[in-house]
Amino acid sequence: MNPILEAVIAVLMVSGGAFTLAGAIGLARLQDFYSRLHAPTKATTVGVGSITLSSMIYFMATTGALALNEGLIMVFLFLTAPISANMLAKAAMHLRVQQAENTKGQAWDQ
Amino acid sequence: MIAIALKITIVMVSLAVALNVYRLVKGPDAPDRILALDSLSINAIALILLLGISINSRLYIESALLIAVMGFIGTVALAKYLKRGSVIE
Repeated sequence: MNPILEAVIAVLMVSGGAFTLAGAIGLARLQDFYSRLHAPTKATTVGVGSITLSSMIYFMATTGALALNEGLIMVFLFLTAPISANMLAKAAMHLRVQQAENTKGQAWDQ
Repeated sequence: MIAIALKITIVMVSLAVALNVYRLVKGPDAPDRILALDSLSINAIALILLLGISINSRLYIESALLIAVMGFIGTVALAKYLKRGSVIE
């Protein structure tokens, strides 16, 4: 395989894994639910997005044919990640989930 | 080069799965657990794609798409249940 293409695939793959790990660290370590909510959405969009992109480029380079199924996964994740985050935030506001003292603003008072 | 990157990435995503399971077990409230389940399904998609690259086969990509759809539907159903008390009104 072309070494430049190989380097592009490797860099996309490792950066996607790094973003996924960063999102999981944010989910495990941030203080309250409202700040924990934003970390895994980055893992969804950037992390899994670049892993799907690297898979697409890899199969296009090895088989020589179009490989667009991963693009479908990427588009679906990009569309649904904000919707599920919004619904989870609404559910947490309805349940009055406690927030940490140094989180600014009361979400349900606006 | 791709083989080394694949190994590094699989280790990173597996660590992410372990951290998500920690939040799923510990999570003080129900929305935390739902969020951990949602990100577990997304990490499963990433692991399936990496498995497809590592065994050089495109068989499992449709299962990744199915996990994406089912994870989204499950998250929305659980969030609506928490908010309204029923899934379908």
